[in-house]
Amino acid sequence: MSHSRNQAHEAPPAGPPSTQRITLQVNGTEKQLEVAPWTTLLDLLRETLGLTGTKKGCDHGQCGACTVLVNGKRINSCLTLAVMKDGAEVTTVEGLATGQTLHPLQEAFIEHDAFQCGYCTPGQICSAVGLLNEGKAKTVEDIRELMSGNLCRCGAYPNILAAIDQVRRAREGSGGP
Amino acid sequence: MNPFSFERAETIAGAVSAIAKNDRARFIAGGTNLLDLMKENVSRPARLIDITRLPLARIEETGDGGLRIGALVTNADTAYDERILQRYPLLSKAILAGASAQLRNMATTGGNLLQRTRCYYFYDTATPCNKRAPGSGCGAIGGFNRIHAILGTSDKCIATHPSDMCVALAALGATVRVTGPDGEHTLPFSGFHRLPGDTPELDTNLRPDELITAVDLPAKGFATHHAYLKIRDRQSYAFALVSVAAALELDGGHIREARLALGGVAHMPWRDTAAEAMLSGKPATVENFRAVAEAIVREAKGFGHNTFKIELAKRAVVRALEQATGMEQPS
Repeated sequence: MSHSRNQAHEAPPAGPPSTQRITLQVNGTEKQLEVAPWTTLLDLLRETLGLTGTKKGCDHGQCGACTVLVNGKRINSCLTLAVMKDGAEVTTVEGLATGQTLHPLQEAFIEHDAFQCGYCTPGQICSAVGLLNEGKAKTVEDIRELMSGNLCRCGAYPNILAAIDQVRRAREGSGGP
Repeated sequence: MNPFSFERAETIAGAVSAIAKNDRARFIAGGTNLLDLMKENVSRPARLIDITRLPLARIEETGDGGLRIGALVTNADTAYDERILQRYPLLSKAILAGASAQLRNMATTGGNLLQRTRCYYFYDTATPCNKRAPGSGCGAIGGFNRIHAILGTSDKCIATHPSDMCVALAALGATVRVTGPDGEHTLPFSGFHRLPGDTPELDTNLRPDELITAVDLPAKGFATHHAYLKIRDRQSYAFALVSVAAALELDGGHIREARLALGGVAHMPWRDTAAEAMLSGKPATVENFRAVAEAIVREAKGFGHNTFKIELAKRAVVRALEQATGMEQPS
């Protein structure tokens, strides 16, 4: 470091912006990327990788539209620096279907008409995948509480709840994860 | 966000040495609060030191019957840990009352202790704020202050600490383990956060070159008689207007020991041990609960929009004690 604790200044670090090389598994495909340290995972997905399914809503972790799965856990990609996730597995809404077969939650959202404008839907679905992975929701009330990080300005909550609960019950019935 | 340089710490010693080299460097772990503040230009670090690869993500037995929660254990992993659920359910309930599932998957133990206030003036760089810009004034005093403090305020700052987890840790009497240039030391939880006084820019007594490594829970977990009551504007995913962590040891109908910590009312989780002592050896009655509640808010001061919190805090204390003693079922 060029200065001591008492000689701090406001200028940004000298020299060209230093990018860092990272590797991510995005929807099952390995990606080698050069990222500036201030690039959020959300911006990397949307701007660099063209995966625009993941939405930027509030960009402050309040709305859940940017929810993706990192190493199987749901997180807000807007409050995540890409450089800190080097080596991670990232799943976005684009990675949920298997070929032409939709994920059961995607099917259930269609069946229950669980959206209006659709902007929050990718985040809702990724969050619901995380919720079912966690296995903590046993009732509709539990789902309501554990999905509170995903806002829907259209107010499609009753149908979102019904869609998620249908998949939860189906999995419980089959004894699957 | 402002441009910044970035490095990944590989060891605890390396992290502490890296932060000492640059007084505009900050540690980053979950990032849920720091990145938000950076996007708002409230925080402008020149360098971020990523500590997420340090070996601090475990919950371990302490050897004296307690548990050590590593600084990097996520809020979700703490709240759902079987040992925490069995022995410290108060802590689990407090954590699950806060934030969202996504944020709890990201946010860490150390970061929860260090989160900044949610005061709107602190967040708004177009307004004065003694915490953000010392000496610039306080927008909340005389301004909109519905979410602000009623206890331990100063004429410089009436901000509150927003954590739920810390309210439970205060009631449980946790210990914070810290590593700095001079090695490792501990701080009692009651001595970790501070009141604003004349230096509201300081939230805690942690020095800038120190790293939280763990939070130790003592053996006594109050698993049988406890309650975490959180009053807020919406049922989920909102900060507390007032919260109360109540932890009791009962002997039949009498109280052997009572711990009460309040959130949303002060610059730090608020404990009043003199008021708690009023319950020692007393029967668990609503009358006695009301007396303690009165004592806790005796010095409380409202600032207009938040004056309702004085009555709300009293009622919340009584109701939390009713829940902890089993007189009332938690809602």
